[in-house]
Formats: sequence, structure tokens, C-alpha cells
Amino acid sequence: MNVQSPPEALKPNDYASDQEVRWCPGCGDYAIVKAVQRSLANMGADPKNTVFVSGIGCAARFPYYMATYGFHTIHGRAPAVASGVKLANPDLDVWVIGGDGDMLSIGGNHTLHVLRRNIDVQVLLFNNEIYGLTKGQYSPTSKVGTRSPSTPAGSVDSPVSACVYALGCNARFVARSVDTNQKVLPGLLQEAKENKGASFVEILQNCIVYNDGVYSSFTDKANAADGQILCEHGKPLLFGKENEKGLRMTAGKMELEVVTIGENGVTEDDILIHDETNRPLALMLAGMQPPNFPVAMGVIFRDPGPSYDEAVYDQIAEVNEKSPAIPINELMHKGKTWTVV
Amino acid sequence: MPTNLIGTMATQLKETDESGREILDSVVIRFAGDSGDGMQLTGTQFTQSTALMGNDLSTFPDFPAEIRAPVGTTYGVSAFQINFASHAIKTPGDAPDVLVAMNPAALKVHLKDLVPGGTLIINLGAFNDHNIEKAGYTANPLEDGTLDSYRLLEIDISKLTLAAVEGIDVTQKEALRAKNLWTLGLMCWMYDRDRQPTIDWLNQRFGKLPHIAEANIAALNAGHAFGETAELPSEVSTYVVPKAKVEPGIYRAVTGVETTCWGLLTGAQKAGLNIFFGSYPITPASPLLHSLSNLKQYGVVTFQAEDEISAVCSALGASYAGSLGVTSSSGPGVALKSEALGLAVVTELPLIVVNFQRAGPSTGMPTKTEQSDLYQSVFGRNGDTPMPVIAASTASDCYDCAIEAVRLATKYMTPVMFLNEGFLANAAEPWKLPDTDDVEPFPVEFASETEGFHPYLRDEKTLGRNWAIPGTEGLEHRIGGIEKDYDSGNISYDSDNHHKMTKVRDQKVLNIADDIPEQDVVSGNKSGKMAVVGWGSTYGAIEQATLRCQEDGLDVSHIHIRYIWPLARNLGELLKGFDKILVPEMNNGQLVTLLRSEYLVPAESLAQITGQPFKVADLEREIRTRLED
Repeated sequence: MNVQSPPEALKPNDYASDQEVRWCPGCGDYAIVKAVQRSLANMGADPKNTVFVSGIGCAARFPYYMATYGFHTIHGRAPAVASGVKLANPDLDVWVIGGDGDMLSIGGNHTLHVLRRNIDVQVLLFNNEIYGLTKGQYSPTSKVGTRSPSTPAGSVDSPVSACVYALGCNARFVARSVDTNQKVLPGLLQEAKENKGASFVEILQNCIVYNDGVYSSFTDKANAADGQILCEHGKPLLFGKENEKGLRMTAGKMELEVVTIGENGVTEDDILIHDETNRPLALMLAGMQPPNFPVAMGVIFRDPGPSYDEAVYDQIAEVNEKSPAIPINELMHKGKTWTVV
Repeated sequence: MPTNLIGTMATQLKETDESGREILDSVVIRFAGDSGDGMQLTGTQFTQSTALMGNDLSTFPDFPAEIRAPVGTTYGVSAFQINFASHAIKTPGDAPDVLVAMNPAALKVHLKDLVPGGTLIINLGAFNDHNIEKAGYTANPLEDGTLDSYRLLEIDISKLTLAAVEGIDVTQKEALRAKNLWTLGLMCWMYDRDRQPTIDWLNQRFGKLPHIAEANIAALNAGHAFGETAELPSEVSTYVVPKAKVEPGIYRAVTGVETTCWGLLTGAQKAGLNIFFGSYPITPASPLLHSLSNLKQYGVVTFQAEDEISAVCSALGASYAGSLGVTSSSGPGVALKSEALGLAVVTELPLIVVNFQRAGPSTGMPTKTEQSDLYQSVFGRNGDTPMPVIAASTASDCYDCAIEAVRLATKYMTPVMFLNEGFLANAAEPWKLPDTDDVEPFPVEFASETEGFHPYLRDEKTLGRNWAIPGTEGLEHRIGGIEKDYDSGNISYDSDNHHKMTKVRDQKVLNIADDIPEQDVVSGNKSGKMAVVGWGSTYGAIEQATLRCQEDGLDVSHIHIRYIWPLARNLGELLKGFDKILVPEMNNGQLVTLLRSEYLVPAESLAQITGQPFKVADLEREIRTRLED
């Protein structure tokens, strides 16, 4: 099947289905669906070749709201279903949608394998650090001490960082954004799509009902400049209202520190330049936690490599070249046979 | 008892051919040894030669789950039984006429099965005090009279093998590994089998290690020469089993895995689809993954998934995108797939699940055969989740069942459970090669009409929904596990709609009963005193047992059920024509429950849950007893 551009440029709204959106009013998912639709319009994506595959959870309702192909599957298994879709027809543009429970708890295993195999799909993880659809239990990304119906005295287990996990899975494209950041998110999605191989995008999403304000310490207007740092390849890792703060390696240690330009003799030359192909650096950036560090946004890591789907079809072509298919009748007659007359 | 007066062979009329070989109608040989002794290889090679000789044959490999169990232990014993004959046979044989025991543990485990007066070939080299004790003998069985009632042939195979490979550049360990080939050589002499296919195979297998091939071939030839030249006891003679009279055609020896693989390939071609095979390694299903992985030039995509769930989910995703999604596993793995099978049922996508059943529950006995996943297949999912289930009876039948599974899955837009068995997967039999042109094509037509389209538009007759695949202009749609509206395919929580959709999904599967053959008897009358009703691999044993009863004038019929769900339209009526219904199964009574609940018939269970196939004699005895009750 050939991917053809639609005759007329589609607008973001053209990617919205006729189904009534059933997320809670004020849910961060509204912003994400808008960003995705805008991003698809910007790229001129062809709806007939676009497939959204989701698991279970609030986020997983996503495909119903898109005027593309969509498959709402079962809890945690979207990466596995999407792998089959992509391998059956590599011409399709496949997006995987899930939440933190879907992709890091029940389906953590599939997330691991779709990333390490580097199957050419975009994995969008909507992280709200809570189980929404089951009414507010803590999730594997909830901070220690999270009070929820299942942890009334506060959770006691350590959370996982989605991006650090993805990097550990050998993902070759790892990015992060905030749900409402329409300046960054659509572009990031486009970069994810353009990356050949598995692209992992963590979207920090606010659950207005069960975990409202979980990210406000670095997403509120007043805090955003000091609380976030946008990683851009080849550019110094600066942040703050006046870009006056930055990251550098602590002398003699394998760790990052926040410095202010002009203080203690720090100049812009001291600031670390972001190298998106450097996995150890990406691990440090992805692991930065407030309040001592800004939260890393943008493309944290990108080091493209051969995608699994491409390799599979290359192998098929290679085998076909060497020993083309013979009729099945002949295939079955190969080997030791005898004739009874 | 004097040896020459007992035993099946001894009592047969000693007819000989022109070379003085005694002519046998059939013989059952069992090779038994340590799991590292190469018994499966010996059996497989003997089978290949026997097949090429034109005998009908049936085999039963029986091996432990451990790859290399501790040497010399009874639980590490691996065996391979072959029944070959000059007439049509249906089972690997109840009891061996010949037992080859490569060590004391093999003797300990298998002697009880050897027919009285049977031939016993012992590797003397392995009967040292240590091994004898390890096998659990308190005294040397070669010396205490235990074996007096058999034709005993004691040979120091280990020593003779070492002598045979002298001068070839192999270590003593490598040399000793060839003792199975020495044994095979002796058996080839005894039963007049051609060694050339084995020599060819060895040269191919060890192409890069010519000294190993040379040593093995030397051992094979030495075993054969030993038979020709050694002064063997007079009661050990040489035999010939003439060719079986079978239908003309081209034959080959096959296992159920090979036929399943080719059946899927043929089915996919008839449907006009490419196969996507998602699978996770599990005993005894993995060989299908290996076989299909070698068929890339047929557009087969094989995906070794991270787990059973991913295996089925990827296959379902592939079906959604327009491939023929196939997954395979064994019981415990199918259990893990069951949530995804529910999704396949509700999204009404074609999917083939091949279940190579093994002894359960849980891990059970992975290398032992059983047919205990019938409940799981028919009922084992949450919600009202009907799925067609078909079961293969022989390795040959696996080919037809695989094609049928593809036909039903694509025509009715449904997952299909194809019940296979560990026994069928591994056992070999001669197969008359089919002609794929004899299979009527059933090409899939993907939806393309945008006018009035919705994803759950149904074919009026079959009730199968239309299959619109991504990439099709104007048919963009969303499906999923949430209940869908009958008229639009959109999400629906409407109570009447759910009732209707549940009934439609059920009816769709039941409609298959109009599309499959009516149930017939395999042998016997269409009504009468007793019907013996079986399914799966018990086919051969039940048929043989009922035939023997019929020969004695007993009113017994054999009914074999291939379509487990839905059942054939006329099955209830057929069953009601019999006074008694006996259902032998290698489980604790599963089909029998289904028949009782479906037809309110007084079907009785005959359960055998030993991990071993039924013996014809046991079945025959049970049929006779129950007839008299």
C-alpha cells in the first residue's frame, strides 16, 4: 500500500471523530488530543494510514476521538497489538497510547520490548501518577507517601521514572512534555513521528479529579521557567526566566549541578551542551527531580538505529532472493518421499 | 516358562522369505536409554528408513522434560516406540515386541511393557554396579533371573562402538556418543532396513564436522556387521516386514507439526493472506515456531514475542491490519492468552490459536500428552465468549484441520481454537502427500465500499462482519473491547443492545454447524448398543478397539468428533440411537460433560490421565465390560 498525501490539506479538526469526548471536564487529555490533531495536520498525515492503538484506562479512550483507524485493546497490551499492526503493514503510521498504569504497571513488559526492538511506532505515555478510571488508586509513578483509596496512610513503594525506564529499555528516542504545552508538544510529536524506530514520549498529564496539581510545582506559570528545562541538541542546557541558570557537570563527579551564570565565576561557557546521542547524559537529565533540579523536557535522547520492522522485511526479501518460494506442493515433496503404485 | 513357547512372535507361523528372513506382519520396537543417549534420534532415523521401506507406521516419542537429566536415573530415561506393519495401523502399538535398553534405568522403566517372550537387547557396557544401583535395582537384573522369560541379547555396545571408531580422530566421549548409531545398525540388520538414508543424514548433519560423521557412520556399519557375523543365539532371527498395501501415491513421513505448518500455509494461500505468527516458546508447541520461521519466502512473518500475551496480541493486531494472525502454545500459555481471545471474539477478527495440549494443570507434565484443554477451549474466557473449536485426530489430519481453521476464521470473522496434542506434534506417520489444488480457494474480500459502511456490518447468512483494514480510504473506524452498537459499531452501554450482540456472536458461531459435514460413524452401525465417542488423537486406538469388538460380532460403533464447537447438527440425534455412549478421553471427562449437557444423553466417561496414549487392549476390555453392564 502506498502512502499518498490527501488531496487537500486537512485541518486539526478533520482528525477529530464524531464521537463525544467523555473525559472529565478540565482533564489534561483534552490538551493532548488537540496537540496530536494539530501535529497530524502539520505533518499532513493521511487518516487512512494512521492507526491509534491503546490499552485500558482514561488515556486509552483516545482512539475513539480520532477520525483515523483505531484499536482500543486490553489493559497493558497496546504495544503488543501495535507491534502486530506495524509488522503486518509497515506502511501504516502507528501510535500507541496508554497511561502510567497501562504502560508501566500491567503492561510494563510490553513497553520494554516494543522499545528495545525499536519497532517504528510512537509510544505516547500519559503520566498522571494515578489510576483515574478505577477511581484514584496510586500508580507505579506516584511519589512515596501518595494517599489514595488503596494507600490511605500513604504509599510506601518507590516510583519508576518513565523516561529513565525507557532509556533503560534501550529506547532510541525519548522525549517529555507537559500536556498543556502547545508550544512544545505538537513539535515533539512530529519529531517522534519522523524518528524511524520506536519513539517514546512521556506526557505529564494533570488528572483534575484524583491528582490535581501533582505537577504544579513546575508547571504553573509562575514556576515553569525555573522548574523546567527544555533540552535542545547542541544548545546549552539553560533555564530560568532570563535563561540565567544552567546545568553543568560537577567537577570530579559523575553528577549534574544547577549553577547560575554570573555567580561564583560561572560563565555560559561552563554550561553543559545538550548531546541527545549521549545515553548516560540522557539518563541523568531524565532522572532530574524537583525541587533541586528542573524537570527535563524536549528530546532528551535520540540516536536512531535500524527499526525491527524494516529488518524483518529486509530478511524476508533476502531469503526470497536466495531461495524464492516454490509451490506448496513442491515444498511438501522436498525431502525423503516414496511412491506407492 | 521356556522362552520359545510364549510370546506373540514365537507363536506366529514362521514364514520366511527367500533370504531366510522370518516374515512378520507387524512389530513394535521401543528404544530406551538415557536422555543423552540419542534415543529420539535413533527412533527418528529408524522411522525414516521404515517409511522409505513402504511400511505403514506410527511412532510415540516419550521423553522427560529435562534436557539432560542426571545420567543413569529412571526419570532421565527417554524412549521412542515405533509400530510398523505390512497393513494399515492406527497406533504406535500397545506393548513392544522388542525393547532396546541402553542402561539399567531404561530396563527398569520399560521392562514391564515388553510382551512376554519379547526380544530384549541390553547394552552390557552400561550395566555396572553404579548404574544398576542408580536405577533402583538391589541385584543385577541380568543375573537374578528377572529376564528369564525374554529372548535376551546382551551386547557390550559401548565397547564395540569404541572399537568401531578406532583410528578416527574423535575423543572417547564423542566415540561413546555413537553407540546409538551402533544400535541402530544392529536393528537395521535385524529388520532389513536400509542404512543409506541415515548415512546421508549424518553427512548432512555433520557436514562441518566430518570426523563426527565418520565415527557415527562407522558405528552404524559396525552394528550392522555385528548382526551379520556374530554368533547370535538361535532364537534371535532376522525379520522382514513386507510393504503395506496402501493407496497409490507419493508418501513421506511427517509429524503433526509439519502438517500443521503446511496446512496453515495452504490455508493462508487459499484465503489470499500472509501469515503473521506470534508465538512464545513452550513445550511442546515450539517446533511450529521453528518450522514457520523457515518459510519467510512465503511472506510468513514470525514474531517471537516477549510472552504469551504479546504473542496473541501481536497476532490479533496483525489480523486487524489484514494479515492472517496465528498464535500457538500449550495449555498454560493459552490460559495467558484468554483475555486477548475475548478481545478477538468481541472485535470479531480472524485468528488461529493452535494449542498443542500437554498434561496439566499448571505446568503439569510438559512433555507428556493429554487432551485436557477442551473445557478451556470451549468455555475458558470471561463473559459469553463463543469460539469455534476443532481437534485433529492424526498427524495427517492436522493438515486438513489447519486449513479448515483458516477457512472458518476468515469466513466467520472469529478466532478459532485448533486443538492439537503433544502426541500428534511429535509422533510420525506416513502421509500421502495431498495436492493443494484439491482445496477449494476461499479468498478473503476486504471491505472497500464506503457507502453505508460501519465496522459491524454483517453478512446476512453467516453473520460474519465485514473486514475493513487500515489503509483503506474512507473506512477509518475504531474497534475495541467495549461493547459496540449493532447498527453503528460505536461504543454502546445499552442493555438491549448488549443482549442482542451477545446473541449475535453466539449465533454466528453456531451457524458454522451448517457449514461443516454431518456427523457420521467411523465404523459400525448408525444406531445400536454402544457408541464409543472420541476426539483428538485417541482416534486410532478407539477405532482399532471397536474394530476388534465388531469382529467378534459385538454391536459397537465408533464416532469421532472433529468439530468440538459447534457440534455437528445431527450429532444429538445420532447419539440418541445408541443404548450406551462411552467417551474415552485422556482427561478426567470433558467431552462427556459437553455431550451430556448439550443432548441430555447418558454418556459415560472412560478417563485415562496418565500422560500416555490409550492402549488398544485396555479400550477393548473396557468396551466389553461396559457392554455387559
